[in-house]
Amino acid sequence: MEFIERPAGKAVILAPAGRIDMATSDQFRDRVLALVDTCTKAQQAVVLDFSAVGYISSAGLRVLMLAAKQARGSGGTVVLAALQPVVLEIFQISRFDKVLACHPGVSEALAAVGAGG
Amino acid sequence: MQVRFWGTRGSIPAALTAHMLRDKLVHALVAAAGQHLDTPEKAGAFADTLPFPISHTFGGNSPCVELLADGAPRVLLDMGSGARPAGLEALRQLAGKPGEFHIFMSHLHWDHIMGFPFFTPAYIPGHSIRIYGCHAELEHAFRRQQAPPSFPVDFSRLGARIEFVQLEPGRAYEIAGYRVMAKLQAHSGDSYGYRFERGGKTVIYSTDSEHKLEDIAQTDSFIDFFHAADLVIFDAMYSLADAISVKEDWGHSSNMMGVELCQLAQAKHLVLFHHEPAYDDATIERVWRETQRLEEITRGEHPVQVTAAYDGLQLAL
Repeated sequence: MEFIERPAGKAVILAPAGRIDMATSDQFRDRVLALVDTCTKAQQAVVLDFSAVGYISSAGLRVLMLAAKQARGSGGTVVLAALQPVVLEIFQISRFDKVLACHPGVSEALAAVGAGG
Repeated sequence: MQVRFWGTRGSIPAALTAHMLRDKLVHALVAAAGQHLDTPEKAGAFADTLPFPISHTFGGNSPCVELLADGAPRVLLDMGSGARPAGLEALRQLAGKPGEFHIFMSHLHWDHIMGFPFFTPAYIPGHSIRIYGCHAELEHAFRRQQAPPSFPVDFSRLGARIEFVQLEPGRAYEIAGYRVMAKLQAHSGDSYGYRFERGGKTVIYSTDSEHKLEDIAQTDSFIDFFHAADLVIFDAMYSLADAISVKEDWGHSSNMMGVELCQLAQAKHLVLFHHEPAYDDATIERVWRETQRLEEITRGEHPVQVTAAYDGLQLAL
C-alpha cells in the first residue's frame, strides 16, 4: 500500500492508495496510528485523504475505529476527506460516517479542523 | 431441503404493537386510494405490491429454525419463543402419530431456551425428543427453567421421551440424516455454530457469534466453516460500527461481517438473523436493502444473495 504524506499548517494530510482489506490493514494501522500519535503531541489534526482508496473492508474500518478512539482519548483529531462514492456508501452502511467526520474534499476537511486557508 | 424460520428476533421477543399495526394500516389505506379493491383477491394482489414493512412484519419470536427434508425427521435449531408455533405445526402435521424431534442448541441463554416449556410435543407421551449441544450444562439449563419458582410444570412431568446428547465441536456426526459439525463461537459463556450437510446441500446456523476483526485465525476458521454453503443463517444484530465500539464484547456481529465472510467463503445465500429487538420493521428492511447494496458494490466473482429472515419465512434449497 502506497502513502503520500504532506503537512498542511495545523494538520497533516495522509493519502493512502489502493484497497484497505485484510491484506493491507496491518500496514494501514501502523501508519495511521503512528501519525495520530505524532500529530496529537504536536497539536496537529490528521486528515485522511481517501481519494485514492477504492475499497475498505471491515478490517480497514477497524483501524479507523482504533484511530478515532486513540485521538479521542488524547485530545487529537482525525477526519476523512474525498471518499470515492463506493467507499462513502460502505461508510454509510457500516455507520462509520457516525464515527468519523467525512468531508467532501481535503480543503473542506482542513477548514473543518481549523487548518484551512 | 427446506429451511423454515419460526423465530428470528434476538435477545428477547418483540411483539408488534397496536400503534405499529395502525401505522401500517394508515400507509396501506393511503396507498390504496383510488383503487377498486372490492374483492379479497384484488385486495390481496394489491397488498403484494406494498413494501414489505407495510404488508408484513419480520415478527418477534426469539430464535427457532427448522430444517425439513424428505425422509428425515424434524430438526430444530434452538428453542426460542418460535418453538411454540413450531411445535403446534408439527403436531398438526403428525395428526396424532408419534413424532421424532432432533434439537440443536447454539447455547443456553434464555432467548434460546425460553420456548421449550411451550413446545407442546414435550408434554405428549409417544414423542421422542433428542436435544444436542456442546455445553456441559445443557440438561441443567432445560431442567432449571422449569423448576419452581420459574415455571409451574416441572421438567420431570413432561410426557415425551427426552434425551440430552453432548457433542464435541469440530467432530463430524451423522444425525437425523444430516452430517453435522459444531464450531465454537465467541459469545458470553460460549456459543456454537452448526454446519448441516445433506443431499449435496449445506446450511450453516451461526448465531450469537462475535467476530474479532484482529483475529485472523478466527476469521479464517469461519471462512472454512462457511465454505461453499448454500445458506448461511448469520447473526447480523448490529451495524459494524456498533459491533466494534459501544457493543464490543456483547457477543454479536454485523451485516457487513456476514457479507464479507460469505464472499470469502463463496457461500451462496446470506440470511440476516437475530434481529435487534429495538428495531421496527422499517429499520430491519432498511438494513436488509443496505446489505444487498453492500454485497453489490463489494462483489467479486462470486455473488451472494442476501435475505432478511422473518418469522414464517420458508426457503427451499
